[in-house]
Amino acid sequence: MSALENLKKLTALDGVSGDEKQVRDYILSQVKDYVDDYWVDNLGNLITYKKGMGSGPRVMLDAHMDEVGLMVTQINSDGLLKFQTVGGIEDRVLVGKRVRIGENKVPGVIGLKPIHLQDSTERTGAVNKKRLAIDIGAKDREQAEAKVEVGDIVSFAYDPVEFGDNKLMAKALDDRVGCAALIEILKERYECDIYGCFTVQEEIGLKGAKTASFQVMPDVAIVLEGTTCYDLPGAEKQDMSTRCGHGPALTIMDRSVIVDSELLALLTDVAKLKGIPYQYKQTISGGTDAGRIQVNGTGVKVAVIAVPCRYIHTPVSVMDISDFENMIRLAKEVLKTIPQVGPDGRFIKAAEEEHISLYKEEGGKEYA
Amino acid sequence: MLENIKTLTQTFGPSGRERKIADSIRGLMQDKVDEIRTDAMGNLICVKRGSGKKIMLAAHMDEIGIIVTYIDDKGFLRFGNIGGLPPFIVLGQSVRFENGVTGVIWYEENIDNIKNVNLGKMYIDIGAASREDAEKLVRVGDMAVFEGNTVSQNGKIISKALDDRIGCAILIELAAQNPDTDNEIYYVFTTQEEVGLKGAKTAAFGIVPDMALAIDVCDTGDTPNCKPMAVKLGDGPAIKIKDRSVIAHPHIKDMLIKLAEENDIPYQLEIMMDGGTDAGSIHTTAGGIPSGGVSIPTRYIHGTAEMADMGDAENAVKLLKKFVEAMF
Repeated sequence: MSALENLKKLTALDGVSGDEKQVRDYILSQVKDYVDDYWVDNLGNLITYKKGMGSGPRVMLDAHMDEVGLMVTQINSDGLLKFQTVGGIEDRVLVGKRVRIGENKVPGVIGLKPIHLQDSTERTGAVNKKRLAIDIGAKDREQAEAKVEVGDIVSFAYDPVEFGDNKLMAKALDDRVGCAALIEILKERYECDIYGCFTVQEEIGLKGAKTASFQVMPDVAIVLEGTTCYDLPGAEKQDMSTRCGHGPALTIMDRSVIVDSELLALLTDVAKLKGIPYQYKQTISGGTDAGRIQVNGTGVKVAVIAVPCRYIHTPVSVMDISDFENMIRLAKEVLKTIPQVGPDGRFIKAAEEEHISLYKEEGGKEYA
Repeated sequence: MLENIKTLTQTFGPSGRERKIADSIRGLMQDKVDEIRTDAMGNLICVKRGSGKKIMLAAHMDEIGIIVTYIDDKGFLRFGNIGGLPPFIVLGQSVRFENGVTGVIWYEENIDNIKNVNLGKMYIDIGAASREDAEKLVRVGDMAVFEGNTVSQNGKIISKALDDRIGCAILIELAAQNPDTDNEIYYVFTTQEEVGLKGAKTAAFGIVPDMALAIDVCDTGDTPNCKPMAVKLGDGPAIKIKDRSVIAHPHIKDMLIKLAEENDIPYQLEIMMDGGTDAGSIHTTAGGIPSGGVSIPTRYIHGTAEMADMGDAENAVKLLKKFVEAMF
């Protein structure tokens, strides 16, 4: 199946943090023929191992399976469901959204008082999730309790749509885009040993990556992500973070990590050499699994490659398909050239120099 | 030690870009220990071999700073913070990049109320005429540190980056005094403390010491109308009871107090409600590592002119020497 088809399939599945089984089962069905070993750990991470053909560092590739969503916290006497958010969802995003609840995918909608009945302060004031509830069409608590339970996980119910100029609109692009890319990357074999980790509970505190990296003990880790993008009318250029269609975004720093400068230089050099477009993420907001993986063991060289996603953490995120394809290309090319890591935590010089000279021949400039 | 403080505070080293400061410290430690190594996080781990207990002493070598996030058409730079940077401290300061380029931080003046200014409304002016001109000097992702002289005056030292180059200088001085002990001493100069106590985590995992101390600065409560805190400049090094990241192990804390009293070393007790130290990430590493701290009372932490007392620093060296020489 093509990478894009896989991505669409993955975004149609539900995997709110703590409840990633559906997504994990699908991913496993897609990768098990391509990897040499795999296991699921106690937290629910899917860890796959693909042996290398030669030498190289021990590389962990990370994409998180979980998405933001809701959880039912209370069933009211009128049959409406109160809820809490799981992961960062803005209250304003919730209004008027279709959802599905629990294993049986009970349909529901997050309603609000009709505009006709709102007074002016209600119309202009901020939406507060405390005033919102999920309507599953039940007439009272008894009917509602027959279908859902407190603690049930709630996902947005939106199917992916290809539209416009090579764009994909879907829920959960953060981070099914990374999962789909990682599946594709695992189809090839590289010199180095690869541990493809599909992690859980990123959205509620980078949790899965902690136990996954403890098992893998990597030298190098590359995190594949969906990231913030605000290339919209009225946005100041310095506030855009990333721009759709301008290539995968490389993080220099965010709230969770300052990425390894050697690995970042390798990524940009490979991108230039192979003519793969890329951009830097130009804000330091957000966090990724890289923040956890970096401080595992005696330290890990980490980097983040991310697809810009407009309206991230909503059921209608939008990405450019070319950014996704270029993320896969860049990751594959980097894996082909990644040098050994020495005991001092730096890339081994010989390989590094070879790499620099290769790039210099192409008219590039030296490492900073 | 004063000379080392002057050198180290003026050496470039924001979190994540500690290469220069690490090289500088390596030069000063080279002849004082048996082995020096680094790890993937860039920690500088200097080992004085011994057959006794493994004691880790951590001082972080990174400093606060800024990172360039965007360069506009006219050559002005937008930036984000590295470590805790209150906007009112940043305003009007000059910063220096690793390549020596200097910039001035100012703000968009059309703001209605200066109270609303935040880093997003500020920019750095490096005197460039255009984006192209600016990109010859600075690139997105480059980091800079704040500028500020280092002055010794009336027994005090006033400088940028005393947090935590004064801790680094104390460890170097301790190593120079070559403590008389069988204990194995790990002088660890850690990275990325200011962005989440990160280097200390991997350093401690690699060492798994029997005990650890963080040597860092702590706040004081001795300036006009400041937040109350029972620590004063010049009253001696502060033995950590707790900060926001750690509660000191009682045996470590008690041992430090006992040694200070037995040897007539002035000391104070530190309960710092804001701010954490490397001890916070060390003590939960591996199976748990008994950890504490010896802190240098410092005014105006994260300002471009911090102030500490040289006597406190010297007494910290004395106390640490007694600590590493102790039988555990």
